[in-house]
Amino acid sequence: MRVGFFVTCLVDLMRPSIGFAAIKLLESGGADVFVPASQTCCGQPAYNSGDRADTITLARKVVEEFERCDYVVAPSGSCSGMIKTHYAELFADDPAWSSRVTALAAKTYELTDFLVSVLKVERVPGTFAGTITYHDSCAGLREMGVKSQPRALLGRMEGVRLSEMAECETCCGFGGTFAIKFGEISSRLADNKCQHIVTNGAETVVLGDLGCMLNIEGRLRRRGDATRVMHVAEVLAGDLPPGA
Amino acid sequence: MQVASMYFKERAHVKLHDTQLQLNLTKIKYKFVEKRRSAMTELDDFEGTREAARGIRQRALDDLDVWLTIFEENARARGATVLYAQTPADVNALVLEIAQRHDVRKIIKSKSMVSEESGLDHAIEGAGLTVVETDLGEYILQINNYEPPSHIIGPALHKSRDEVADLFHKRHGKPRKEGIDELCLEARAELRTHYLTADMGISGGNFFIAETGSVAIVTNEGNATLTTTLPKVHVAISGIEKIVPTLEDLATLMRLLPRSATGQSISNYVDVLTGTKGPGEFNGAEHMYFILVDSGRSNVLASDVREALRCIRCGACMNHCPVYQNVGGHSYGWVYPGPIGSILTPMYVGLEQALDLPQASTMCNQCGVVCPVKIPLPDLQRKLREKEFERRLRPWYERAALRAWAFVAARPALYGVATRVGIRALRMLADRNGMIRKLPLVGGWTDERDMPAPAGRTFRELYAARAQARPVAREAAGASR
Repeated sequence: MRVGFFVTCLVDLMRPSIGFAAIKLLESGGADVFVPASQTCCGQPAYNSGDRADTITLARKVVEEFERCDYVVAPSGSCSGMIKTHYAELFADDPAWSSRVTALAAKTYELTDFLVSVLKVERVPGTFAGTITYHDSCAGLREMGVKSQPRALLGRMEGVRLSEMAECETCCGFGGTFAIKFGEISSRLADNKCQHIVTNGAETVVLGDLGCMLNIEGRLRRRGDATRVMHVAEVLAGDLPPGA
Repeated sequence: MQVASMYFKERAHVKLHDTQLQLNLTKIKYKFVEKRRSAMTELDDFEGTREAARGIRQRALDDLDVWLTIFEENARARGATVLYAQTPADVNALVLEIAQRHDVRKIIKSKSMVSEESGLDHAIEGAGLTVVETDLGEYILQINNYEPPSHIIGPALHKSRDEVADLFHKRHGKPRKEGIDELCLEARAELRTHYLTADMGISGGNFFIAETGSVAIVTNEGNATLTTTLPKVHVAISGIEKIVPTLEDLATLMRLLPRSATGQSISNYVDVLTGTKGPGEFNGAEHMYFILVDSGRSNVLASDVREALRCIRCGACMNHCPVYQNVGGHSYGWVYPGPIGSILTPMYVGLEQALDLPQASTMCNQCGVVCPVKIPLPDLQRKLREKEFERRLRPWYERAALRAWAFVAARPALYGVATRVGIRALRMLADRNGMIRKLPLVGGWTDERDMPAPAGRTFRELYAARAQARPVAREAAGASR
């Protein structure tokens, strides 16, 4: 089973360790992981800013890079959601590309969903001890149907105690360029989220999208709060070599 | 209504720091969100009902001209007069014409958001007539110098009980009441005299039913029943898109409207009014008029955001919107706030007047999943963002930044070099905890948040280094080129 790993640009630039953690999980689940070296960005920033022409260019690039894989997996609900639920609309008037895009969408998965639904992973390599509260990212939840999968995987780890915060499904306020264009509103939404995290009292907040991660961690630290923020792949994969 | 949507950001800033408003807004969650959630569990098949509702509304829009003609014929056959208003000014002119024809001095109104679009109350008063709003929320706003509504279901949602108590005390000149029941009774006593002395009643219309020529009005206070049946003239004003083909369709939509809006299985009152008072009939107006309002709706129908016209005005999208929940309805600066408003406002008043509204969304799609007629609200917001981008209505630096990113991302070699340099530069801004306290150019992020600094090397760099040590991986990486 050849699994194309879509790193996503945010993981590439900000937290490469998440990419390596995801590869470790996929390989330990029996996947033959393939990482196209030319990959960059799915085009979502352009798409949500109304720039269709640039989005189409980047979407074609992703299709060309990944269409020969059996599956495409990304450690992000947002970027996998872009491919799975939005690419088709971009090529509605282009039959040749439309069928290629539709085929790619059908085999595109968010990481935890892939681990549970396709690889049917029973055991994960990582170890973890402590209380975790899980933040559902909007695209993961509402575009990719990611809800039970990360919780199921975390629940199988000895030492993990899951504690649901209030409003775990409410947006953290990231919203891509929204976080910059409407910084004040975005920060307020992030602060509401942080309040729920702090009230819950978990030692670690875990999530599946880098955008939410940067937003929540950034606001927590500005509040002077040290609650740990981790990507679900990092928790599930456990210890990683230094520098990764 | 005066458009203030161009000041969205400034208004939102003020609202975010209004502590009383922030407290008042917290009631959205238990008043609307929680109640809706529990009401929907009563339905055996929410998704199936929702799909049926979507279909009913969409079919009505697909053949809107036909349904309007059928409605018109059936309404006329029952003695009503059907008028069309192309612009907001036409709405006001038609109402004043009707008032003059029937020697009207005093008008009572039940809730009509469409009449807010044209500022009808001001036009009526400008013509020297009296107008009294009878919906409690609208009444509160009217006696507070016509404060604009902040919500389509609860126009005075932004006010607390105490603020209303102060207002009633000031305006009614009676001892200040504390309890909600007492306040309601006081408003009721004020309004009763007007019902009995008004010459004309104006209502909105939740739906126009084509097969019977009727208007359906959904309320909780009973004020619409009095408004439409006590005075000799009844004028129902609503948008041309509010047509549904049959009473059966109305029944389906009514399974979702009150549940979506207020979490009620059914609202306290549902009036379905057909024609004028016939011989031997006890209830009803002697003269009945329908004003079917376009005011930009046919432009929406011809556009790629036409699905917005399916809206049945339940307010669920705004109730569930994290942005609305925090900035309140007044920030949006026109009649319709929240996600649906961020589409309708630019379409009705002009995109240039409301540039921020389609952008003021995290695209979280909480609105989309609760919408009872499945309007893909974030997709429609994105369509308007595309128009802003195409028409170069966004700031030059935003466009430049986006295009630069897309240019780089489309060229893997350039991307590799640019990102290596970029993240190392960013890394240098980090403090000892790995946080960037202030980002140049994008202060919107760091005014109230840190930016976690990048790790220092990109995944691509690290993976390439690892691939050299692992022949299998190198082969895989090479195969992609």
